[in-house]
Amino acid sequence: MKIKQRRKLLTHFLIILFGLIMIYPLLWMLSASFKEDVEIFQSASLLPKNPTINNYIYGWKGVSGVSFGKFFINSFFLAIVSIIANILSCSMAAYAFSKLEFRFKNTLFAIMLVTLMLPFHVKLIPQYIVFSRIGWVNTYLPLLVPKFFATEGFFVFLLVQFMRGISNELLEAPRIDGAGTFRIYMQFIMPLSVPALVTVAIFTFIWTWNDFFSQMIYLSAPPTFTVSLALRMFVDATGESSWGALFAMSCLSLVPLLFIFIVFQRYLVEGIMLGSIKG
Amino acid sequence: MKKYKFNRPWEGYAFLTPWLLGFLLFTAIPMVLSLYFSFTQYDVVTSPKWVGLENYIELANDPRVHKSLQVTFTYVALGVPFQLIFALLLAVVFKNDIPGVRIYRAIYYLPSLFGGSVAVAILWRQLFNKEGVVNQLLSLVGIEGQNWIASPDTALYTLILLLIWQFGSPMVIFLGGLKQISPDYYEAAEIDGASKVGTFFHITLPLLTPMVFFNIVMTIINAFQAFTPSYIISGGTGAPVDSTLFYTLYLYIKGFQHFSMGYASALAWVLLIIIAIITAIMFLLARKWVYYDE
Repeated sequence: MKIKQRRKLLTHFLIILFGLIMIYPLLWMLSASFKEDVEIFQSASLLPKNPTINNYIYGWKGVSGVSFGKFFINSFFLAIVSIIANILSCSMAAYAFSKLEFRFKNTLFAIMLVTLMLPFHVKLIPQYIVFSRIGWVNTYLPLLVPKFFATEGFFVFLLVQFMRGISNELLEAPRIDGAGTFRIYMQFIMPLSVPALVTVAIFTFIWTWNDFFSQMIYLSAPPTFTVSLALRMFVDATGESSWGALFAMSCLSLVPLLFIFIVFQRYLVEGIMLGSIKG
Repeated sequence: MKKYKFNRPWEGYAFLTPWLLGFLLFTAIPMVLSLYFSFTQYDVVTSPKWVGLENYIELANDPRVHKSLQVTFTYVALGVPFQLIFALLLAVVFKNDIPGVRIYRAIYYLPSLFGGSVAVAILWRQLFNKEGVVNQLLSLVGIEGQNWIASPDTALYTLILLLIWQFGSPMVIFLGGLKQISPDYYEAAEIDGASKVGTFFHITLPLLTPMVFFNIVMTIINAFQAFTPSYIISGGTGAPVDSTLFYTLYLYIKGFQHFSMGYASALAWVLLIIIAIITAIMFLLARKWVYYDE
């Protein structure tokens, strides 16, 4: 019994130690954001000697005369519209694939699965050329409009997996009562799919928030910048001279992700599993 | 399972319309166009000029393509296995309901949540700097570290470390798989007096192979397309001396800095072919080792 307990304690000790090593860089960045610039390069300690919030005040002023507040609004705007677009378009496609009957369904579903594995680079250049021809560069349209067309196949797949689990018997009763295909979608499929839709919303948020590549390609005017782009510009503009402010804004940029993670952890974990389990 | 057969045929297509349009407008047509561009010389300003296989021939002889392929393959070949091994080991540890397991799992998942962000790439750049935290810690034990980011011998390894650090999301997938394994198997193993290690290799691992396979495929596909860390850490150039020049970064440089859209399209199609071949090989090999519990 004693040996067993000692082994348990050792397990805990190792898990905690290794966990601390893992998140040490993040904790260090958090503490550096409250340090004075000179101190950042002098100590690996997690406790600032003279804690200051100057980094946040200086950093919040932003770059090129645009404050970080604006960058946060831009990022939130993109994330929220993307969430709405993905929920609407992906749930419609998933409803068709999981519950409706039509010709070529299996072929189309197979095509959808293949698009999941395509590197987006093969569509990137023509998309960019078309979007720049119609004057959409430096607007959010190239980043948002495709999402209204269920282009994020992963979410279609995830919702198909979930909706397949909704029993057909349950849908038969309203059908006998005369409810149409559309009403069943609105009044039964959507409410029953809320857990999966929350997962879609969370992942959309995280991916949009962390996105850098497509935002960089389509946005070049600082007032349209997102948090990701602003951080990159901040590095370029200040060089390596104001690490404190840079870390302060970096930390702030992670806060929404952390918040989502803490509040919706369950959905996130279930979503990852749902997306991976073979249907 | 009984199929729900009461809708009119057109209704399925009605609900599928956004996806169908999206597939045509944003996937199928762009793919055809980019295949066409890959056989042309195209700088966006003047119209594309047909050059046949010239881009592909140039690409095959481009030392920076060779370098970027070498960098990307090293990144995938070292990063993915270590990431998945850590993910599997910790999933096994966290499978049991030890006290505090939820908090542990959350902490181990955090790097996956943040890992793709610009903020973490910036942090990484500082960590491995000459005066960075890593060297500060090394100096405590009397080692004087170099500038890991600026040295062509080590820069790529800092990026590989960043990839491995994000083992949380495959870990969660493994956890999901472990939870599905029926406890009956373990009871039987215990009655037969199997050791813990033996149980892992003869029961857990075989039953988990579908998850292992899924993780390998997805992690490799994603790793081939990694971009942000290489761009931020190298300042968008692949420096030092192209040692962090990811294939996608080179594609970006060609397409969006040199505006060689034809060449960049050829690069994109080569990437597609590489990923397709690797995926096909993995699916073929899967028959030999992936175990599906029917």
